[in-house]
Amino acid sequence: MLNRLLSHDLPRSRWLAAALLVILVVLALAPFLFPGAKSMSVVAKILVFILLVASYDLLLGYTGIVSFAHTMFFGIGAYGIAIASEKLGAGWGAVGLGLLAAAVVSVLLSLLIGLFSLRVKAIFFAMITLAVATAFQTLASQLSDFTGGEDGLTFRNPEWLSPSFEPFETEVLGLLIDGKALTYWLLFVTVLALFLLLLRIVNSPFGRVLQAIRENDFRAEAIGYRTVIYRTLSNVVSALFATIAGALLALWLRYVGPDTTLSFEIMLDILLIVVIGGMGTLYGAVIGAVLFVVAQNYLQDLLAVGATAVQGVPVLQAVIAPDRWLLWLGVAFVLCVYFFPSGIVGRWRAAALRAGNPRRTPRR
Amino acid sequence: MSDEILCLRGVHTHIGAYHILHGVDLQVPEGQVTMLLGRNGAGKTTTLRTVMGLTPASQGSITFRGQPIQARETPDIAQLGIAYVPETMGIFTDLTVQENMVLAARAARHAGELDQARLDWIFGLFPALKKFWLYPAGKLSGGQKQMLAVARAIVEPRALILVDEPSKGLAPSIVANLIGALRELKAQRTTILLVEQNFQMARALGDTVAVMDDGRVVHRGTMAELAADEGLQQRLLGLSLGAHA
Amino acid sequence: MTTANVVAASAVGAAIPKASFDWKPIVLLLAVMALAVPAIGSTSSWLTLTVAGLAMGLIVFVIASGLTLIFGLMDVLNFGHGVFIALGAFVATSVMGYGAGAGWGGFFSILAAMGVAMAVAGAVGWAFERIIVRPVYGLHLKQILITMGGMIVGEEIIKVIWGPLQIALPLPDELRGAWLFGDAAVEKYRVLAAAIGLVVLAVLVYTLNRTKIGLLIRAGVQDRSMVEALGYRIRRLFVGVFVAGSALAGLGGVLWGLYQQSVTPQIGAQVNVLIFIVIIIGGLGSTFGCLVGALLVGLMANYTGFLAPKVALFSNIALMVAILLWRPQGLYPVTNR
Repeated sequence: MLNRLLSHDLPRSRWLAAALLVILVVLALAPFLFPGAKSMSVVAKILVFILLVASYDLLLGYTGIVSFAHTMFFGIGAYGIAIASEKLGAGWGAVGLGLLAAAVVSVLLSLLIGLFSLRVKAIFFAMITLAVATAFQTLASQLSDFTGGEDGLTFRNPEWLSPSFEPFETEVLGLLIDGKALTYWLLFVTVLALFLLLLRIVNSPFGRVLQAIRENDFRAEAIGYRTVIYRTLSNVVSALFATIAGALLALWLRYVGPDTTLSFEIMLDILLIVVIGGMGTLYGAVIGAVLFVVAQNYLQDLLAVGATAVQGVPVLQAVIAPDRWLLWLGVAFVLCVYFFPSGIVGRWRAAALRAGNPRRTPRR
Repeated sequence: MSDEILCLRGVHTHIGAYHILHGVDLQVPEGQVTMLLGRNGAGKTTTLRTVMGLTPASQGSITFRGQPIQARETPDIAQLGIAYVPETMGIFTDLTVQENMVLAARAARHAGELDQARLDWIFGLFPALKKFWLYPAGKLSGGQKQMLAVARAIVEPRALILVDEPSKGLAPSIVANLIGALRELKAQRTTILLVEQNFQMARALGDTVAVMDDGRVVHRGTMAELAADEGLQQRLLGLSLGAHA
Repeated sequence: MTTANVVAASAVGAAIPKASFDWKPIVLLLAVMALAVPAIGSTSSWLTLTVAGLAMGLIVFVIASGLTLIFGLMDVLNFGHGVFIALGAFVATSVMGYGAGAGWGGFFSILAAMGVAMAVAGAVGWAFERIIVRPVYGLHLKQILITMGGMIVGEEIIKVIWGPLQIALPLPDELRGAWLFGDAAVEKYRVLAAAIGLVVLAVLVYTLNRTKIGLLIRAGVQDRSMVEALGYRIRRLFVGVFVAGSALAGLGGVLWGLYQQSVTPQIGAQVNVLIFIVIIIGGLGSTFGCLVGALLVGLMANYTGFLAPKVALFSNIALMVAILLWRPQGLYPVTNR
């Protein structure tokens, strides 16, 4: 039964299976385990990134398309919820409408982008998506009446998801359940469901064609698959899931701004996670997201500690400072691309193959 | 028997996962034209590319004038005096005919430093090149491009010239032109290793013959022998070459 | 580049059908300039904007030309080219700041800044090529990822050295202000920047068309392995081209910083997007296409900046999309790729 749930795409490594199980349990029980505000925000961010990066892995790892426009769809989802809630007043109607509108915009945009990739080479495509994403970010800042500009939008959630909502008067298992916790579980269930759906998609015939296109698009076309259609569909599906991730983020933060969703740093985070975790595995998104978000949040604390240690030493002081966490992230990124090309999941699976079954040939 | 200028022993070549050459043994005598014949897909082009280092050999040895070259880089191999005229001609279409020639002449820093006497000889062989000297090479016809490709290989004296199917898709008059040019080269003691499907060209020029099949050399001998033996032709090449004259 | 050859060809004999030069993109450029006249209204404003646009275009060309050659010759996608731009700009702040204190003249100050910026950017470019780029030759995806990582690290290091805040880069007194042609004000600095851009263009054209190295580069852009088969160790040229491209980016950074009169660490990332648009429009690997693309982008940015400031960045993207619909490989695609 587990096999069918995971669409026959098992972890294939004891370490991976164990890690995934632990992560699943911890994420499910997070509100009970980590009641503090900061830790909850870390866990929520992990959830959002799992979905965001998994949807990117569909595009990059499985279809072989490099796109820098992913944050754009992320932002569209978030802004959809925010704008609808702000203009129409908080409530499920606004959320539904916002999500629908965002989905429509994302589908249209990703269709356009996908069809455009017919005419241009992959390298052009990557650069074009970079330009488009940048332009979109500028647009969001400039249309301030609509989007709140640089300051962004704060808004209220539907009643059940508001922090002040408390359905039970007494504590359940030591936790007073409020709207925030409910929001968290909404995120959890949605991300879990969509992740399993993604597993289904990449292991379906559609998914296999995508992989064939990734390996050799010329041959795929020669066999008879219209690669443009498959690529475009991959674009659209990936964009849709990213949009939903954005909507989830908006519901959690109750705030949206250009820096929470559209910034280039987020695109880099996605790239970093997908590389560290392992491209073309989907599970890589889970492992990578956990590692990355935890590291990112506590890296700054670590650097602060380090900063006090090297206070007074001229060069080190400037380099080991909490503000310079991006520098260390960048270094880690470069090192990862060199030394961990197949990511953590790739390494675990390769090790499992060598240890367990020397006769079996690798799947990829 | 002349000395061997080029010798391949047990050469294997892989391209990605594909095993193309399965132990090629080939000796190319100096000062002669050696024909490399065989069906499509036999590995003739790959053999030439392996000699030039464009697709490195995975096993075996290749020696040029006694020096091993199987592990060397393409520019070094070329600098030993080997010229290569690929199947695709390798013409730089954005450059003029003149610039293509200057590039091929390693000793010349610009057009003024080309050996004018040699250039006149080349113009004699291929008049069209003189006519279109300052024309972008991309605008030349297929036959003219082929002439340019050969001209580039001979703009400076070379010891060994590898030519891959020069007559492919060309009109008979141009083929005659090429045959004439290669004959003159032979007269100058330039060794030529020629891959050709056009048997007229093969018979007109070839002294020695090597026939390839499935990545191996399956027959070695003189051109005269092969031309006289129709049964042998049938077996090796699957057709009677006389019919393709 | 074929213009020189066309002139020579016609000199050889009228019997040869002329190698046709592709005029259409030039026509497009002139059309954009012409259409702007009625759109803007006053010819004096048009003149100011056009000079500004051409100057900006030439600055962008200086930066982008290196990148397009690097890609064309080495098949390397350097998403981190912006690092060299930023480096050049920041070095200029230091050099010119020092010069102001030491009492240097304006022109000397700028020349010194340009020289030092090019040297520093070139040196960093050499290190960048060895450490970051060389291990990933031929692997496009890794190149994109790694060069982006390199840019992040570079930007952060710039912040470490010069601080994360904006630094002013004022023009020397001699170059402030504008010349007046009737109603039209033409800024002095922009004319200087345009002149420098033209000098770079001239040097590039000369090197590419009249030297053997230029010949090797142009041939290598088309067919690297054939150049090797002709006996040239073209990989040695790679490092040289990369260093030259980085130095040019550094020079462009100085010019850009002075154009904006201020410098921020994000300057690299900002100009990066513009550069990509330019080389896509021009055609990856084509120097002349890069020039035409850069001029188009510069003009568009200035015209729309005047007419409809909010859509300025989009105008360039719209331009890129329009051109790709017309010619999917760019204005002057390099054949054989």
